[in-house]
Amino acid sequence: MSPHSDSAQTNAPQITRVDGTAIAVRGNDIDTDRIIPARFLKVVTFDGIGQFAFQDVRIDENGRVTDHPFNNPVYRKASILLANRNFGCGSSREHAPQALMRWGVNAIIGESFAEIFAGNCNALGVPAVTVAQSEIAELMSLVESRPDAKISIDLLAGTVITPNSQYRFQMPAAYLQSLVGGTWDSTALLLQNTEEIRKTAANLPYVARFA
Amino acid sequence: MNLLDNVWERHKVATLPNGQDQLFIGLHLIHEVTSPQAFQMLEERGLPVLYPDRTMATVDHIVPTADQNRPFADPLAEEMIQALERNTTAYGIRYFGLDSSHQGIVHIVGPELGLTQPGMTIACGDSHTSTHGAFGSIAFGIGTSQVRDVLASQCLAMSKPKVRRIQVDGELPTGVSAKDIILCIIADLGVNGGLGFAYEYAGSTIEALSMEGRMTICNMSIEGAARVGYVNPDQTTFDYIRGRKFAPGDEAFQRAIDYWKSIASPTGADYDDLYTIDASTLEPMVTWGINPGQAIGITKLTPLIADLPEEHREVAQAAYRHMSFAESEPIEGKRIDVAFIGSCTNGRITDLREAAAAVKGRAVAAHVRALVVPGSKQVARQAQEEGLDEIFRAAGFQWRAAGCSMCLAMNPDKLNGNELCASSSNRNFIGRQGSPTGRTLLMSPAMVAAAAVAGRVVDIR
Ligand code: SF4
Repeated sequence: MSPHSDSAQTNAPQITRVDGTAIAVRGNDIDTDRIIPARFLKVVTFDGIGQFAFQDVRIDENGRVTDHPFNNPVYRKASILLANRNFGCGSSREHAPQALMRWGVNAIIGESFAEIFAGNCNALGVPAVTVAQSEIAELMSLVESRPDAKISIDLLAGTVITPNSQYRFQMPAAYLQSLVGGTWDSTALLLQNTEEIRKTAANLPYVARFA
Repeated sequence: MNLLDNVWERHKVATLPNGQDQLFIGLHLIHEVTSPQAFQMLEERGLPVLYPDRTMATVDHIVPTADQNRPFADPLAEEMIQALERNTTAYGIRYFGLDSSHQGIVHIVGPELGLTQPGMTIACGDSHTSTHGAFGSIAFGIGTSQVRDVLASQCLAMSKPKVRRIQVDGELPTGVSAKDIILCIIADLGVNGGLGFAYEYAGSTIEALSMEGRMTICNMSIEGAARVGYVNPDQTTFDYIRGRKFAPGDEAFQRAIDYWKSIASPTGADYDDLYTIDASTLEPMVTWGINPGQAIGITKLTPLIADLPEEHREVAQAAYRHMSFAESEPIEGKRIDVAFIGSCTNGRITDLREAAAAVKGRAVAAHVRALVVPGSKQVARQAQEEGLDEIFRAAGFQWRAAGCSMCLAMNPDKLNGNELCASSSNRNFIGRQGSPTGRTLLMSPAMVAAAAVAGRVVDIR
């Protein structure tokens, strides 16, 4: 499945499952400045931004490559990111999920996500699902000991499946619905109601400057 | 029905198939960082901007604050400002660029032009859009794909948040400001505590605050994970708006006030949660760590890791490592290298007045690099009229042009190495101020000013 190749079209593909190997980035409150430092935001397109994901924790202050999982070649093909609590907090920059997605992340499993970040992921068709703290700990241990372990996120069944276990995930119902229904690219959807948009606007006293 | 319910209902266009609401956006603010990709997406789909007159643009993040000659020395920054110039021209969007007397940080420009009004929905591709809630609007930060949605349809697909009323009562002690209130709230409720909530700030302390103070508080709602923060509009709000460039004219103003009052939360409105603070017990706050929730009163000691709830220990450890601080030590007395006064949190005229009062007739410590960066050209003009720039310059501060500056690392203003910076901005994340090893202490503008003079963190009281 390659849901992102045709993001310019108005009809988004239905995303019902994501299969792949996973990569664990441990830590609570990992903010968007960490995911993509601000200096890499000086771009007018998202192309090429993937290589800078987690840049400042991948290279230390002396220019040495760190042991960050994104530097570990065994995870280079991973398509599912495992995260802890409040992942993606901080700025609204869509550059953060864009960088992860363009690095190769097709879905994120975490303990919890910052709200704007979760919305941004959804707008890109990247499911961001949550499981319990103990479950994310198990998942992380699994992929750290067995980087080739196949993991599936079954959006229709609401489960994360590993070779040995199965977990129920949570995600906002609206996001789930839009992913499996293929309506996660909202622009076309919003434009279907142009009549109602005009009506709503006309009823707002400030739109006519309180005339 | 509280204010959020009222505003939501009036702006709801439809219920979407996924159960979210389609919400009309009354005011859309854009800047150079998060809009170019959105325009590119529009172009790819051949879509027009539905309500070009409901979007306003300015340039702030990448603007150099020392030398603003074009082309910018940084070709990437130049490319970004040109993209904004091109897009605003192509789509007929009003743009307050560098040659406009209204350019500045987007969250400062909106209110001071009277664009930001009560009872509006406001969106901007920037998480500190919550600032505008100070006027009793529902304002939220959005991602670039949503910027595209607003440009194309003037709408967003949104789920309605719950509302937590944060009741702040009591008289603020001398030396304690709005910044300290919000740092305290975030420290208490946690950087994760507002997830799924809008914060309604209320109570006698909030009512007594200026609009600038209310904006400081609403600005940092997002640091506590609340995407929306607001204050019910009152006479202070109306007085602030009256006469501003885009405010309703004299004749319409009374009708505007009627609408603004009609959307406010009535006494006894329902809330999903309530949190109360006694402002009279507050002291100046300062952060010791790497997120805005890691803050303590200036007379307190940094926490013992063992005393923290388990889920906070790991981040606390990382914070001590990054900051080179230890458990159970004071932040007061820490020697600083840099002092930064500015940002959409504390770059307004009242902030500069408070900071100037703390430095008047004194000199910045010899080892400190100190910057004052007004939040907008209008703030700069007003400060100059009041002679504040002279006070800062005489004390040894650099007086800069309006922009985001050292709040984030997208322009030439940055920390070097592991410099320790007393900052009036809103984020102390690792690397936020441009050096991966740089260290940030968030505090009020008056505290930053006092730290600049002393060369170390001091208690202004
Ligand atoms: S001042 Fe800082 S927080 Fe505010 S808009 Fe600029 S970069 Fe963002």
